Amino acid sequence: MNEMVARTDTLNTLTADAREFEGKALRAQLARSTRLEKAKALLLVLPLLLFIGVMFIFPLADMMLRSTDNGPVAELMPDTAARLLDWDQFTLPDEATYAALARDIQTAQKERTLGKIATRLNFELSGIRSLLTKSARKLAQMESSDESWKQRLVQIDQRWGELATWSAIKRVLPSVTATFYLSSLDLAYDAKGEVVRKPPERAIYVDNFIKTFAISLGVTLSCFILGFPVAYLLSVLPTAKANLLMICVLLPFWTSLLVRTTSWIALLQTHGIVNDLLVWLGILSEGNRLDMMYNMFGTVVAMTHILLPFMILPLFSVMKSIDPSFMRAATSLGASPFTAFIRVYLPQTKPGIAAGSLLVFILAIGYYITPALVGGRTGQMISNFIAYHMQQSLNWGLAAALAVILLIIVLILYWLFNRIIGIDKLKLG
Amino acid sequence: MRKLIRFTSVMALGLSCTISIASAAERITVVSFGGAYTNAQKKGSHEPFMEKTGVQILSEDYNGGLGKLRAQVESGSVTWDVVDLETSDVIRACDEGLIDTIDVNDLEPGTDGSAAADDFMPTAVKKCGIGAIVWSTVFAYDKTKLATAPHSIADFFDTNKYPGKRGMKRSPKVNLEMALMADGVAATDVYKVLSTPEGQTRAFNKLAQIKDQLVWWKSGAQAPQLLADGEVVMTTAYNGRIYNAVKNESKSFVIVWDGQVMDIDYWAIPAGAPNKARAQEFLVFATAPEQLARQSKFISYGPPRKTAAAMVDESMKKHIPTAPVNLTNALAADAEFWADYEDELNERFTAWLAN
Repeated sequence: MNEMVARTDTLNTLTADAREFEGKALRAQLARSTRLEKAKALLLVLPLLLFIGVMFIFPLADMMLRSTDNGPVAELMPDTAARLLDWDQFTLPDEATYAALARDIQTAQKERTLGKIATRLNFELSGIRSLLTKSARKLAQMESSDESWKQRLVQIDQRWGELATWSAIKRVLPSVTATFYLSSLDLAYDAKGEVVRKPPERAIYVDNFIKTFAISLGVTLSCFILGFPVAYLLSVLPTAKANLLMICVLLPFWTSLLVRTTSWIALLQTHGIVNDLLVWLGILSEGNRLDMMYNMFGTVVAMTHILLPFMILPLFSVMKSIDPSFMRAATSLGASPFTAFIRVYLPQTKPGIAAGSLLVFILAIGYYITPALVGGRTGQMISNFIAYHMQQSLNWGLAAALAVILLIIVLILYWLFNRIIGIDKLKLG
Repeated sequence: MRKLIRFTSVMALGLSCTISIASAAERITVVSFGGAYTNAQKKGSHEPFMEKTGVQILSEDYNGGLGKLRAQVESGSVTWDVVDLETSDVIRACDEGLIDTIDVNDLEPGTDGSAAADDFMPTAVKKCGIGAIVWSTVFAYDKTKLATAPHSIADFFDTNKYPGKRGMKRSPKVNLEMALMADGVAATDVYKVLSTPEGQTRAFNKLAQIKDQLVWWKSGAQAPQLLADGEVVMTTAYNGRIYNAVKNESKSFVIVWDGQVMDIDYWAIPAGAPNKARAQEFLVFATAPEQLARQSKFISYGPPRKTAAAMVDESMKKHIPTAPVNLTNALAADAEFWADYEDELNERFTAWLAN
């Protein structure tokens, strides 16, 4: 009996071993074949990955690094940089440092790098550009004399005798800087190297971040108010009519953004169609034409129109999936149409509202071309300042810092959205 | 997979064909401000150059500033061969090593045989750029829409006498100078005053008087458009754009030359231009007297060299900025001033605009 059991046990172990062996082989085979599939799949997405890496991740990382990069001054003014390394910042530097500065300026002038130095330093302390170019010109004309370099430089411009100038030079020597982030938040270093608020007439960015936020919220809200009824109509109309309406929604979507923006200019400007009509109807007198273009109003109107489909489409796809019998059930149980709408229908459209609002808001917060064209003075958003620093002032560090702050705000919003509503509930149609 | 490989190799073959075609015909990229101005340059210089040398010219438009140029030079992928730059940009780009130096002795002599260095206006020859035109920012109005004609720069700032909106370029350059001249500063003193903090505040205060009435334009073509739409009653504009709107679009715009701010545009060659030898050849060709004179037939910008100015058509002479009748109260833009002060005044202007 015992023997029998033992034999069965052995047999069992054997078959189990065999099965396990077979299983392993099968698994290996499976792994091999899936590996091939996976490799094929990877090969298929490889172009996209490469594209994203080269066109998106790399520039983004480069941009983020630029926002703290202190620039080339330390290498371009090596003597001054070495002398200033252990300068105490409380008294003016010694004669040897002045001599080093004079030498560095002359070399930079010869090698045509003075412009680079001046550009970077001017971001630190407004006006240094003219100080440097002027000093370079005067130093070139100067004859040798017994005066010390300090006397000569201060004679050229008294700013060389000020601590603020020297501490600005010292600040651009380390490899990283916080200047650009400080400027983005309307802060700056004072002569002692402490962080202070900029005077109100020079402070622009904090207010503009708030304004960008407000405009985006306004656009999202008006898109919701205008888009909700349209999406509802689309979801309840018979197919033929719904299709026609859908084309009307999509038609502007297929029209160039520039065309749509400029047609708003034609409509809303002081001598535009709307004002002409109001004057013709006698509602407005000729002298009191409304200012609807080149200000914040124009920006909100044009952006709402352009972003409207991004609200309607997710709303529509959610509404389409709501069973009409819910509403019938609610009314048959005694709810008024209003109560039924508020308590039964509206909660079910929540994923659509969330998706639409998130899409519109995030697109709006980084909007550039429309405010640039119709924003005038008061309708400019933060992207316009980023573009300005990229193209005009060439302060790429500041542009990068502003862009990074905008990116962080968007990420925080996304995180909040995920916490409150849940990203898995998003429905984009 | 095999299909993919075949597809890739076909693509690669196609690509190499395109490259070989491109290298067969030589080509340079010339960048300028577009519109009526570039058209005049095409007729004045591009077309004759292509005919003479067989080199293709690809004309590209931009809106000024050094942003794109710096991006190209710093990333090491320069696609521009020749670029049209404003004065302060020529100086800045030269200081930063973004454009190459140019030897004035390489240029064509004047038609009377005088050396190029003597034939050019002294301000038109810079270390890294050679003058192509003298242009001007003036203000203009539509005579069918204004009952009384303004005739001084002070009138532009007087919204009591001439109610209505004004158009100005979204930039402190020229606007601050005009504000000071309107405030009674003589043209010769403008830059002296503007170098002082008090003078800058004075200019900004003058601008602030009409701040609510200002509509800002960015590209040269927008200014005549604002005027044509009736969006503004007066606007500052480049004189050539207004001339073009009057001549080719039969608008009834009138230029007020009082308080004009003259400036020069330069041809320059980016550091690391892909086809430097041809670029150099084009620059010499385009700044020769014949080409400069021919160009002035198509737009009312004057040539910055004497023997070319002498060849300008009689009918065009009174429309160019340097005509004696237009010079009674004129200011020549001070490029050194703007190269030095541009950053700080830009910053102040941007903040002033936003607040």
